[in-house]
Amino acid sequence: MFGYYLQLAWRSLGRNRVLTTLMVLALALGIGACITTLTVLRLLSGDPLPGRSAQLYYPQVDPYPKDGYVPGQSKPQENLTWVDANNLFEAHRAPRQALVALGSAKIQPHDAGGRPFFGDAVMATAEFLPMVGAPFRYGSAWSADDDTAGARVVVIADFLNQKLFGGANSVGRTVRLNGNDFRVVGVLGHFSPQPRFYAINIGRSYGDGDGVFLPLRAARATEMAPTNISCWAAGDIEHLETAPCMWLGLWVELPDAAAVANYQRFLDGYVREQVAQGRFHRTDTALPDLMQWLRNEQVVPDDARLQAGLAFGFLLICVTNTIGLLLAKCLRRSREIGVRRALGATRGAIFGQFMVEAAIVGLAGGLLGLVFAEAGLWGIRHQPAEYASLARLDLSMFAFTFVVALASALVAGLLPAWRACVVAPAPQLKSS
Amino acid sequence: MQIKPVLTALRRHKAGTVLVVLQIALTLAIVCNAMFILHARLSHLSEPTGVDEANLFVIANQWAGEQKSKQEIDAQVRADLIALQQLPGVLDAAPSNSYPLRGSGWDNFVGLKPDQLQPTSDAAVYLGDEHLLRALGVKLVAGRNFRADEIGTLGLREEVHPAQVIVTRALAERLYPHGSALGKPLYSMSATPSTIIGIVDRLQTQSVDDWQRAYAYQSMIWPLRLDWPSGLYYIVRARPGQLAAAMREAPKALLALDSQRIIDPSDGGSFAQIRQRAYDSDRGTAILMGIISAVLLVITAAGIVGLTSFWVGQRRKQIGVRRALGARQRDILSYFLTENLLISLGGVLLGVVLAVSMNVWLVVRMGAQPMSPLYLAAGVLLLLLLGQGAVLAPAMKASRVPPVEATRSV
Repeated sequence: MFGYYLQLAWRSLGRNRVLTTLMVLALALGIGACITTLTVLRLLSGDPLPGRSAQLYYPQVDPYPKDGYVPGQSKPQENLTWVDANNLFEAHRAPRQALVALGSAKIQPHDAGGRPFFGDAVMATAEFLPMVGAPFRYGSAWSADDDTAGARVVVIADFLNQKLFGGANSVGRTVRLNGNDFRVVGVLGHFSPQPRFYAINIGRSYGDGDGVFLPLRAARATEMAPTNISCWAAGDIEHLETAPCMWLGLWVELPDAAAVANYQRFLDGYVREQVAQGRFHRTDTALPDLMQWLRNEQVVPDDARLQAGLAFGFLLICVTNTIGLLLAKCLRRSREIGVRRALGATRGAIFGQFMVEAAIVGLAGGLLGLVFAEAGLWGIRHQPAEYASLARLDLSMFAFTFVVALASALVAGLLPAWRACVVAPAPQLKSS
Repeated sequence: MQIKPVLTALRRHKAGTVLVVLQIALTLAIVCNAMFILHARLSHLSEPTGVDEANLFVIANQWAGEQKSKQEIDAQVRADLIALQQLPGVLDAAPSNSYPLRGSGWDNFVGLKPDQLQPTSDAAVYLGDEHLLRALGVKLVAGRNFRADEIGTLGLREEVHPAQVIVTRALAERLYPHGSALGKPLYSMSATPSTIIGIVDRLQTQSVDDWQRAYAYQSMIWPLRLDWPSGLYYIVRARPGQLAAAMREAPKALLALDSQRIIDPSDGGSFAQIRQRAYDSDRGTAILMGIISAVLLVITAAGIVGLTSFWVGQRRKQIGVRRALGARQRDILSYFLTENLLISLGGVLLGVVLAVSMNVWLVVRMGAQPMSPLYLAAGVLLLLLLGQGAVLAPAMKASRVPPVEATRSV
């Protein structure tokens, strides 16, 4: 039976080539636009650390003065001061935790005549790299003792190792950063979480990973300045450790809900204590997990949402268009339907026949839509945005294309197929 | 035109009519909003910065090598500037902390009193020496330029509030709307005043973001040479026609003086490059909106053609009867045009509601501007014309149905 429907549908579609092409093309354009924008949205709102992100939390407090405080509207700050970050860190209330700040390092190649260049640097404490699951090609991360001793050690990224040492095992060799020698203790494998969750508040969220990772105290001792500093009062930003400035992030690993509740209690208690001591004036705290933090920071740009919304409107119009054209076609074939019904075809059979026709349009639209989506993504990759190079169609999106195409075609086919199957055979036969 | 028979006939094609109405409504809503966004983005693109864009280029110079003292850096900057100014293709060169359309940069609140709580305005801060006006190619419309002896230096984490300042006309008028701002003080986040000694015609700020639109031309120039250990920008104006040569020679001259520096290829460059970088995402969005609108209009027109063709085919006999009873070809033509006009009117009515609600949503969720009713009017007109144009071919075909069709049974 299905084969027969296919044959009928094929013949019906072939009879009206222009119309069929129009339907397929419209559907394909709608689907192509949707898949392109959805891929970008998914890329932008993706999980940077699958499997780990649910256990990573980001404590936030608010050291601002009372002035300008609006209950319910003022939000805790994005970063911590040195004092608060260290107080929370030293309390060791989480199995693993790390302080992070982003900086920039002037990297001097060893060979004479090699021009220095700038690389992104991550100043962190020892557990940062193991906690986020960074893979090591050679060596390992530095230790907590290195942290406290201010040891001048560094972990470098694979691309930097390629650039400086030709990809060889460089553990034990030195790298000159901002005019100071640092000993390499580890070389990372490919590591570039998208988005770079620890850098989003400075707007460098996507793209290649960072070049160097070094202990926070050692980095500060060599006067490496954090990229993101915000101060609420005048102070000497040369001495960030005492200035009223926020520039550090603290990530804590909390394995279960009980641990999260515990940490939240600890954080609230800490803030109350600070208020009692007169250091703090606001009691708000927050403890978002990684994905919530990304949402709070609105990493997905408005333009991407706007485009996705437009693409869906576009698909809606294309589907409406297809319904209209299918309907017109089916109404024209009332006589044929009348004959088939008179010869014994059930309503179900007629319905099935028209749905098969719609499904063929949908599949063709999906296939062509995939081509359009690839073309769209190619266009995105040639855009200047920092995430552009990452825009690729993956397997799940590929499957999704076909589900969307088929679903929209079947939805489009419902009304015409229903109208076709309720055609009364007698008047149609009489008129011919 | 007879409307009643058209309405009666439409009642027999409810599903088709509703679909066309929906399609026209959605198309109107999307096209109006897309065109509005497109126009908003494109209108920035052509705004002049006030500088001599055809001959200007910017060198992003970062200091590398061993840390230098502020005095050493200042000496190097001055040597660099002399070297740049002596290049044959260069008209003038000046140091600065930033340049228009850089994307982001230093801006300060500005007020008229030292203890003012609410600042009068926000303004971009450009640092420079007595060569900056000539290097940028901005026009001094009142007052005077800085003198060489007024130029100070700004080291890392130093706070300097200059005694003299040059402002743009936009800022001058904002601060002193009645009467000349020349010789008057302004307070830029400090207790000490800066005297306005000169007013330039136009100098755009660094950011082109929406929040900055209100301050787009409110800039001030401070007589300071930037001596930060990180680096600075050299604003270089080439002689007419010698931009390419000057851009080739300038980095060579700088590296010959001191090789321990990095000239950032992703920053600065010719002003054409700077402009392109600043507006890239705007242009991308505008192109996308344009393509979507065009494709939507084509699809909607094609849908109308398709559906009307079928209606014409379905009604051949009815048309034949009308022709046999004395209807002229024009009557048939006007019947289908009227029918389409009625459907389109229904569509644009619904579409206006949809377009406005979509715009309201954009305003609330994305901080867009409210759409001007002109876009709606233009969109409505466009879709009505599109409908009439799309229906013309099938309607002509219908008008050519011969009266003899009435006698045929098929």
